[in-house]
This record gives sequence, C-alpha cells and structure tokens, in this order.
Amino acid sequence: MARVLMKGTEAIAEAAIQAGCKYFFGYPITPQNEIPEYMSGKLPKIGGAYVQAESEVAAINMVMGGGSTGTRIMTTSSSPGISLMSEGISYIAGCEIPAVIVNVMRGGPGLGGILPSQADYFQSTKGGGNGDYRLLVLAPSTLQEAVELTQKAFDLAEKYRNPVMILADGFMGQMMEAVEIKEHVSGDLPPREPWALGCMGERGSKRSILKSLYLNPEDLEKHNIKLQKKYREMDKEVRSEAYLCDDAEILVAAFGTTARIARSAINNLRKEGIRIGMVRPITLYPFPTQTIRDLASSLKHVLVVEMNMGQMLEDVQTAVCGKAPVSFFGHAGGIAPSVKEIEDRVRSIL
Amino acid sequence: MNEIKIYERPKAWAEGVHTHYCPGCGHGILHRLICEIIDELGIQNDTIGTAPVGCAALMYDYIDVDFCEAAHGRAPALATGIKRTRPDKIVFTYQGDGDLASIGTAEIIHVANRGEKLTTVFINNAIYGMTGGQMAPTTLIGQKATTCPFGRDPELAGYPMRMCEMLATLETPGFITRVSVARPKYIIEAKKAIKKAFQNQIEGKGYSFVEVLSNCPTNWGMTPVQAFEWTESTMIPHYPLGVFKDFK
Repeated sequence: MARVLMKGTEAIAEAAIQAGCKYFFGYPITPQNEIPEYMSGKLPKIGGAYVQAESEVAAINMVMGGGSTGTRIMTTSSSPGISLMSEGISYIAGCEIPAVIVNVMRGGPGLGGILPSQADYFQSTKGGGNGDYRLLVLAPSTLQEAVELTQKAFDLAEKYRNPVMILADGFMGQMMEAVEIKEHVSGDLPPREPWALGCMGERGSKRSILKSLYLNPEDLEKHNIKLQKKYREMDKEVRSEAYLCDDAEILVAAFGTTARIARSAINNLRKEGIRIGMVRPITLYPFPTQTIRDLASSLKHVLVVEMNMGQMLEDVQTAVCGKAPVSFFGHAGGIAPSVKEIEDRVRSIL
Repeated sequence: MNEIKIYERPKAWAEGVHTHYCPGCGHGILHRLICEIIDELGIQNDTIGTAPVGCAALMYDYIDVDFCEAAHGRAPALATGIKRTRPDKIVFTYQGDGDLASIGTAEIIHVANRGEKLTTVFINNAIYGMTGGQMAPTTLIGQKATTCPFGRDPELAGYPMRMCEMLATLETPGFITRVSVARPKYIIEAKKAIKKAFQNQIEGKGYSFVEVLSNCPTNWGMTPVQAFEWTESTMIPHYPLGVFKDFK
C-alpha cells in the first residue's frame, strides 16, 4: 500500500481495520471524534458493526462483551472518557478479556481542556480502575508508529488475554502525516475456543465463565497471583528507543509527541558539542527501567520532559535510583514545550 | 410398582449444585423456568448469559451455559457487545431492581431504544436484597427498608418507578411485559412470557423485556408464604401485570 497523507485519528482507525478489527463501540469526545466517524462509515461495508454507545461507561462494557467472544474489538476516547471507562477496564483485566483501548489525551483534571496533554500517564500505568491489575501501555511518537502499535496491540491483547492501551495525544490525533497502512498479519496467537463465550459446542458442551468475582479469599489471592505472573510474562514486551545515548552525559526522557520536540532540541544541542541523548519509552508499561538504570551511572543529569506536571518523572526517578540528579520540565493546559524551551532548560542545567 | 416421572432436573441446571438463595426466594423459580426454556428450545450450547450484581451474581454456578459477569447495571451493554459479535447466539441479561432501575437506567433504556436483539429478565422485588435490604427505585410508598426506616417518603425519595411503562414509551419496537411468580397461575404465565422473550431472539425480532414481580422474604421480614401474598396483594396493584408493547 502506498503512503497516504492521513489525520492521526483516521490513521489509527484504518490501522485497526487492517488488523482485523470489525467492531467498534464508542462515544464522541474531543479530540478523537474522527475515529467513531471513520468507523461508522467503514465497518458496515466490511460486515462489521459500529455501535454508538450511550456513554463511555456503556462503550467499555460493550468492548468487554465483544472481547469476551474472542473477537477483535476496540474503543477510543479521551481522558475524561477514559476515567469513565476505568471501571470497565478493571473488570476486563480481572476477567482476562482481550481488548484494545485508545486514549487521545487532553488536559485535565476533570473536564480540563480540549488541547493535548500527557496527563494520563499515572491513570494508564498505575491503575485508574480498582485492584491489582496492569495494562500493556504503548506510546507512539509518530503517526506511522501509531499505526504499527495499534496493529500490534490486537496481537498483544490476544497473546496475553489482557487489555492494551494506546496512549496518544491530541497533537497526534489531529495532525496529518504520510503513513503506510498495511494489512496486518498476526503471528501465532492462542486460539479463542478454550475460553471464549459462544464456543460451548466446540468445547464439547463445556461452559466458559468469565468473571472477576472470587468471594473466597484464597481463590481471589490465587487469581491475583496468576495475574501477576502474567504481567511478569508481559515484561518481555518492553520497548524503548535510545537516541544518541552511547556517549551521553545528559539524558532526556520523554514519550509521544514530546519526544519528537525533544529530539529537535537534542540535535541542536549536539551541534554545540553537548553530549546529550534521549531514552524514549515506547512501552510505558512495562517501563524500560533497566535501560535507564544501565545508563544512569555515566550520566551527569537526567531531564524528564512531559506535557503534564511530572508523572513519568517518578518512574524515571525509580530507574535512576539516585545515581544522577533527575529534574523535570513540562507544561500543562495543552501547551507543548517548545524546542527552544527545552534547549534553554538543558543549558541552565550545565 | 411402576415409577412415573413427574419432574426431572432440567438439563441446563448445573449438576450437583445447591443454590445459596433464601428459602422461598423467587430466584429459585426463575432460574428453573429459564433452564426449562433453554431445554425446550434446545439452545443450551448457544446461550450466553450475563450475570448481574445482586443476589443472582453467582447464577453462573447454577445455569449451565456460557456466562460473563457484568459490572453493576452494565449487563445490557455487555450483552450488546456479545450479541453484536456473535449474532448467532442467544444472549440474555438477568437483573434486579438496583442493577436495572438504578445504576443501570441508562443502559436498559438504550438497549431497548437501539432495539438490540436481546432478552432481559428483570427481577423486581422492591428492595436491594444482596446488600441487606436497602431501598430500591421500585420500593413502594410507605414500605420500610434499611435506608428508609420510616417508610419510603415521596418527598425525600420520589415515587416507585414503573420500568415497563417507561420503556414502552420508546418508539423502537419491542416486547415488554410484566408477570409475577407469586402463585402457580402467575408462574405459568411468567414462563410463557419468558419463553416468548427467548423465542423472539431466536427469530431475530428485536428487544424483549420481561419484568417479574418477585419477593424477598428475608429483607421484607416475612415468611415466604407471606412474602408472595404481599407480592400479590400490594405489588401487583402498583405494578400491573400485562403486555405493554409487542412486535406486530
């Protein structure tokens, strides 16, 4: 397929369709409305279904239902809508149902703003819903990466029987870039028949019960231990990009759109002879702790740059483990750090 | 002496299980009716249930079909996702008055309004059973519950909600009916209504909703016999039995 100029939201939608997603359950919210709109036009033509739910609460439960039959489904929303979905996400994780959820982040807390942010890092990596569960969280930086990670998300969801979140932001959702969206070929994935609803006949009339309720305390603990074991398996999906780190004295840590801006600043600073590099986490969970920890001893300083008030900062601080000073630069409200602001901040550290 | 089989455990009733329901609870009757209907329609392998939050939260232990547990009130949305992706299966929700008429009001209205090809059995016993007897949206005026200890006061809590009548105002076609299990004569009609609600789905007709006036002896502070007498004498006048909407 040729490279096509596409808006981020539409690229994500088309990527999902090319990965075999035929069902979409969602609710309009700025800045991602192009996704439900795109899906409502495309899915009926390919024998799928677009359902506009009455709320994000309903949408995530529809996703849970669709996922429970072992079908590729997805929903998308933005920050306040993801808050509404948090209950459902916890249930999906507890029942071990595959699902793909995209958050096109906007400013918060509460109604916040409609401009981009990265302020849902905590929500997606540390919880959001109740209980000891984890999401696989993927943070694309370019639209092409968003396409690839969206397609990969379906495979990962099925591989681990877990919800997977794509953490995008309003810039990514609204910008246009040239992307190539191929029909996605999944590798070997576990079959759905052993656990999915609607396959009782295939299981020799043995029923499947998908639940998260374990009233017996030993049973609930056993279930949680099983989930944690799965999350340790998920650790091998960790991914990050190291940019000019080999001889770096100053390390920038940034994800998503912020990392693109930081990269320009790093290129400019390198021209001045400053030994600066960047680790860009691509999986926010599992977090590339070891990658950052391995670099930490040879660093003079770590600067975390985010479009929030300091969230990934805490995971970076844990990774650096006191071996180098860690500081933060960020903006909230929908304001993106500029290339010049990042450069000035680095120079002030030196 | 010859044995005459009068009744046997429905095939869809899970083997070797005893329910946790209180003596005289309507859930026992309704689970049995659903199991009989599944057997009679021959749909055991093709039925998918959604379990509510309420006394029937563990119904998947009793009815031998595929089940997914729903969050409180969300069963209609969960069932929508299941049915849209597996339209060849028979998908039902089974919800109490807190689940359906309180926290799940948006979901039940919209599943009916979208005309999803689903079946809902709504167990209305005018109280929150599992959590210990609190007031429900369907608790009657003057009826006592743990969160209206002086009796439901319309000034404080409004009036009891009639879900059938509300849903019947929607333009989308559907089958909406109210039945009871307070006496054998009502149970016979209830089974016909619930069977029709499942049959409608087999025929691909649209949304079917059966409200069942049931009881809660424990939280009403009555014996099972008194409780069903109260269902008949006091609930039915406020929640009239009948068909409120049907497919043409």
